[in-house]
Amino acid sequence: MSDLKTVHIALPARTEDLRKLEIGSVAYLTGRVFTAREGVYKRAIGDGFGMPAGKDVLGITNFHCSPAASINPDGSYTVGAVTATASFRFAQWLGGWFKISGCNIIIGKGGMTSETYRTQFVPNNAIYLTTVGYGTGALLGRGIKRVAGVYWLEELGLAQAVWVLDVEKFGPFLVESDLDGNSLFERENAKIAPGLAQLYAGTRPATLHRYGETDDKTKEVI
Amino acid sequence: MIPLSSIQRTAEELMAKAAIEIPEDYLDGLRRCADTEKGDLSAFVIKAMLENYEAAKEDRRAMCGDTGLPRWYVKIGNDARIEGGPVALEAALRRATARATANVPLRPNRVHPLWRTDHNNNVGINAPEIEYAFHPDADWIELTTVHKGGLFGTDYRMLFPGDGIDGIKRFYLDTLIGFGKRGLACQPAIVGIGLGGSKDTSMVLGKQASCLRVVGSRNPDPKIAALEDEFKELGNNIGMGAMGFVGSSMVIDCHIEVGYCHTGGMPMSVHMFCLSSRRACARINADGKATFRTDPIWFTDYMRRETVEWGQLAAEAAE
Repeated sequence: MSDLKTVHIALPARTEDLRKLEIGSVAYLTGRVFTAREGVYKRAIGDGFGMPAGKDVLGITNFHCSPAASINPDGSYTVGAVTATASFRFAQWLGGWFKISGCNIIIGKGGMTSETYRTQFVPNNAIYLTTVGYGTGALLGRGIKRVAGVYWLEELGLAQAVWVLDVEKFGPFLVESDLDGNSLFERENAKIAPGLAQLYAGTRPATLHRYGETDDKTKEVI
Repeated sequence: MIPLSSIQRTAEELMAKAAIEIPEDYLDGLRRCADTEKGDLSAFVIKAMLENYEAAKEDRRAMCGDTGLPRWYVKIGNDARIEGGPVALEAALRRATARATANVPLRPNRVHPLWRTDHNNNVGINAPEIEYAFHPDADWIELTTVHKGGLFGTDYRMLFPGDGIDGIKRFYLDTLIGFGKRGLACQPAIVGIGLGGSKDTSMVLGKQASCLRVVGSRNPDPKIAALEDEFKELGNNIGMGAMGFVGSSMVIDCHIEVGYCHTGGMPMSVHMFCLSSRRACARINADGKATFRTDPIWFTDYMRRETVEWGQLAAEAAE
């Protein structure tokens, strides 16, 4: 289907397995992952509740998402599709997050900056995997074999709860950061950036400027 | 009289269809991207998405785990009669949204903006949105549901006549590049541009242009249609493809809708309907029978009318 290298990772991943990963490789996961997004990060770190369960229960692979799921009358779960949410907004919590979760794989949408990888991921021997297209929800849903548990459902609701999922050939994902802190997105952006200026050639900036285009609040924006 | 039971049943089916079945026009457009995409990473993403649509249909599961913000567009024929009236219609659409959230299942995305209260059913204050339009000489109603992502790919700017087409082009590029990086807009997308109107109308028109027109459709004004072609081409020459990787797959199509605006201004909005462009539509006839399709046919001559009067009255006024 393409020339991209494909790797299968057994969870929990060992550091030596992660060391072999190259950015831009396609990855599939088998083992246990748990979901945690802003509600969980805020509750665990900001509000000081810590993790809802130990590493032996949650695993050490954190997916920035929550599934499209419902709870059946008998208490069982129906999980349909699952798609990541954008990860850049979790960067502020990461220092504390790695400490209390022990995670070494973070999965999400869009990655973070290579600076975040170098300062937060690398010291914790952690890597980042991005979901593909951000819409392969049905393929990912197929990879979920069992809901092993749900935490903080009452406190956070279905869409923010911690879902513990046993997965098999769960993917595809792309390796966005490696153990040295390199970023696939930044590599691609660097290739695209030089061509952007010419797209604007001959045009003038908009008449009315906006804050956001400058962070200097003393500047006239008209 | 259109029976309420038919409205609710049809609405529930539309929720499932939108979530599970990628519309054929978007699918064809993405296949054309797959044929031409040279970037290996961008091509891989498109291939994976094409497989994902198949998996969604086979398993009858949502194509995307993020439900976006499910919403409704209702077009009411001038002669249509709805059992229970508009209040009952709205209740049926809210009920269908809630039931489909549990039954498909869809992720209950809708929460209170401050208290983050989640009713776990995608229903709450001002949610789902229901927009209305009307159609002359008809006794049917048409329901369209759109599940569009809720966070990235949309922006608004007040431009001025002096900014001209170049100003429009710049803001278009700004939005595509800004949200295209790292693929936050989940491109390639159907890009909708709203030009003119009041500020809120500009946003509404742009959203409708991206979500309610099918790939390949063109604005009836030939100069605007030419701009749509030009902007599609421009977007695909940024050098960026799916997920912001090097490539040429950014814009499946570009649609522009206009509204008369303040003489001093030229408000503009840009919207991107994503790799999971979820829309489904049905017409319900007076007898309650529903026919399903994926083209909402929202923008009609009547919707884009410029005159004071319409139809017979307009003809008489012209004489």
